[in-house]
Amino acid sequence: MSALEKTPETTAESRTPLMTLAGVSQVFDTKAGPIRAVDNIDLSVNPGEVLCLVGESGSGKTTAARMAAGLARPTDGKVEFAGNDIWSMNRSDFGRFRRGVQYVHQDPYASLNPTRTILQTITAPLLKHRVVKGNKAAADKAAELLTKVDLTPPENYLPKFPHQLSGGQRQRVSVARALTLDPKLIIADESTSMLDVSIRISVLAMLGRLRDDLGVGFLFITHDLAIAKYFGWNGKTAVMYLGRIVEFGPTPKIINAPTHPYTRALIDAIPEPDPDLTKTKGRESLRSLEIPSLAHLPSGCSFHPRCPLFEDGLCDGEVPQLVEIRPGQSAACHVVARDGAGEVRPDEPVA
Amino acid sequence: MVTTTPSGKTSTATARAVRGGEGKPLLSIRDFKVEYRTGGGATVQAVRGVDLDLYPGESLALVGESGCGKTTFGLGLLRLLPRLGHASGKVIFNRGDGTEIDILGLDGRDLREFRWRDAAMVFQGAMNAFNPVLKIRAHMHDTMRAHTKATRQEIEDRAGELLRLVRLEPERVMDCYPHELSGGMRQRVLIAMSLLLEPEVLILDEPTTALDILTQRSIVDVLHEVRERLGFSMIFISHDLSLAAELADRVATMYAGRLVETGGVRDLFYRPRHPYTLGLIKAVPPIVGDLPDLESIPGGPPSLAALPKGCTFNPRCKFATDECREAEPDLLPVTDEPGSAHDVACIHWKDVHLDREVPNQDLGTAS
Repeated sequence: MSALEKTPETTAESRTPLMTLAGVSQVFDTKAGPIRAVDNIDLSVNPGEVLCLVGESGSGKTTAARMAAGLARPTDGKVEFAGNDIWSMNRSDFGRFRRGVQYVHQDPYASLNPTRTILQTITAPLLKHRVVKGNKAAADKAAELLTKVDLTPPENYLPKFPHQLSGGQRQRVSVARALTLDPKLIIADESTSMLDVSIRISVLAMLGRLRDDLGVGFLFITHDLAIAKYFGWNGKTAVMYLGRIVEFGPTPKIINAPTHPYTRALIDAIPEPDPDLTKTKGRESLRSLEIPSLAHLPSGCSFHPRCPLFEDGLCDGEVPQLVEIRPGQSAACHVVARDGAGEVRPDEPVA
Repeated sequence: MVTTTPSGKTSTATARAVRGGEGKPLLSIRDFKVEYRTGGGATVQAVRGVDLDLYPGESLALVGESGCGKTTFGLGLLRLLPRLGHASGKVIFNRGDGTEIDILGLDGRDLREFRWRDAAMVFQGAMNAFNPVLKIRAHMHDTMRAHTKATRQEIEDRAGELLRLVRLEPERVMDCYPHELSGGMRQRVLIAMSLLLEPEVLILDEPTTALDILTQRSIVDVLHEVRERLGFSMIFISHDLSLAAELADRVATMYAGRLVETGGVRDLFYRPRHPYTLGLIKAVPPIVGDLPDLESIPGGPPSLAALPKGCTFNPRCKFATDECREAEPDLLPVTDEPGSAHDVACIHWKDVHLDREVPNQDLGTAS
């Protein structure tokens, strides 16, 4: 995994990333003043790679994903698909981009049309975009897609309506629909968070197979680091906090050797499915539980009012930039940038 | 860098003993059933005969997938079922003074008195549990005035004390409307309110679901702390096994309206003997360490209107044999773990083993 050792810049040179967000910001004008939902972030996804975007609610994950999908126009910065700025594309190129990037939503109860059968849901894009000709060919293709998402035998599912399916099955249909146009990148926005634990893993395994077999890239958004770890182990993870990326690196390093105090706090806060381990897990206490409002961001590092490493005069001055702390792993923290991340915590193996 | 929380997390972890089997149970549930009328004279049984004892000071986790009857069970215990639901069986609550009350036989005044004073519930959607046009202060006063003869000042003091216990500043919170608080703050206010009348039993239905990780952590810490301080018993309903590992002394796995396994938290997590519990544990990704081997349970929970014959888990179970399709197994003690209070409803329990490494073998069983 030599690619993991490189910084995003050098990877970008070796091959054209599928999707790049370069210095992208999204500012919403509200009565309470401008809200910087996403503030100057850089991200890139290579073909067949997984990029996990993790963070709490309000951190700007979904806004970033909407910009990547071309559903929202960034107020600043560039969104590039295969090296071309999507907002200066001509109509046909933009259409190609739209077909190449598909979105799988969080709620499979809301994202499927309740009046359409599964067959109609899946064949609609096939016929509209003339992927296949004729109803017969479309139905065959739909059956093939359902097989790919493990809904077998497909004949049992095609005539059904969404309400006749379970949450996990519906989410599989959403994925099958996303696959109709042979996408290069799937944006999965909390796609498994509404599913039961027992089903979640099988949906993730199915997505993992698509990634490996079809070479689809993933922008995988989740608030659950354990899920990011499971799905994005061979990829990279970016941790977002209040619209900024605070840590970026290969997933195993983010999970097992986090450097930014926010990432550390997140990982420490997660209970383990193991009674002894979870009760002895070391926990750093945060200085405050309250998440600052996006409309009134704290000066300097926006994590400083909660950060256990806070130093007066350093952290509340300037906004920290993402700098490389360990090879391939960067964090936006003044203290960590100055002192280094210390040794890797002994109980956690370096991947 | 690693510091303990103000409560001294490490010491509480060892102090919290499992009290299974000790003294008289606080809540004794026998053959508890809940039926819903589904129209046309038809009914479905959502809870199908649960026997369970809750001992003083104990924390019991009820785990299972959605649709297994966990919430119905919790609502049924407090007689909060919707009109179409009907609970039967026996639920005996043991008041501290030696009097026993049959919860299912209560009505009117007695029922109101039982709720909140003896047992309180914290619901999942914290926003829906409040009246949106009343301030937190009004909620506190309403509750106290409906149940006690406390004076204004007493109510203020008691509310302030509990809010501080859940790490909120009373001055800031009391004059807020529910929508002005964040999700985590609302959940903590709700916990404080549920403790106003010092109930013996607290039922929490998915207390941290839909909250962010750090907020979830603060709720868990608050629960540890208030339980330590006030010593109530707790039944918490969760689909999150990690949370059960963190908060429970005893765990009960529920499937299709019945308990299929109960036991001390360490017994259940390290030596699950029901294929369903085993499946649930294997489906949860841990956060530390390398990439784990995970497995999902094929299929989903059965429809309560059309339960499979025999053991209800048999269509999804890889241990299933023809025998499993004949009769539903009873919840029976696991006999090869002496000294443990571990029950399982599976005829193949001897073959069910978690093949993951047990980290601390020398600690022995929890009970």
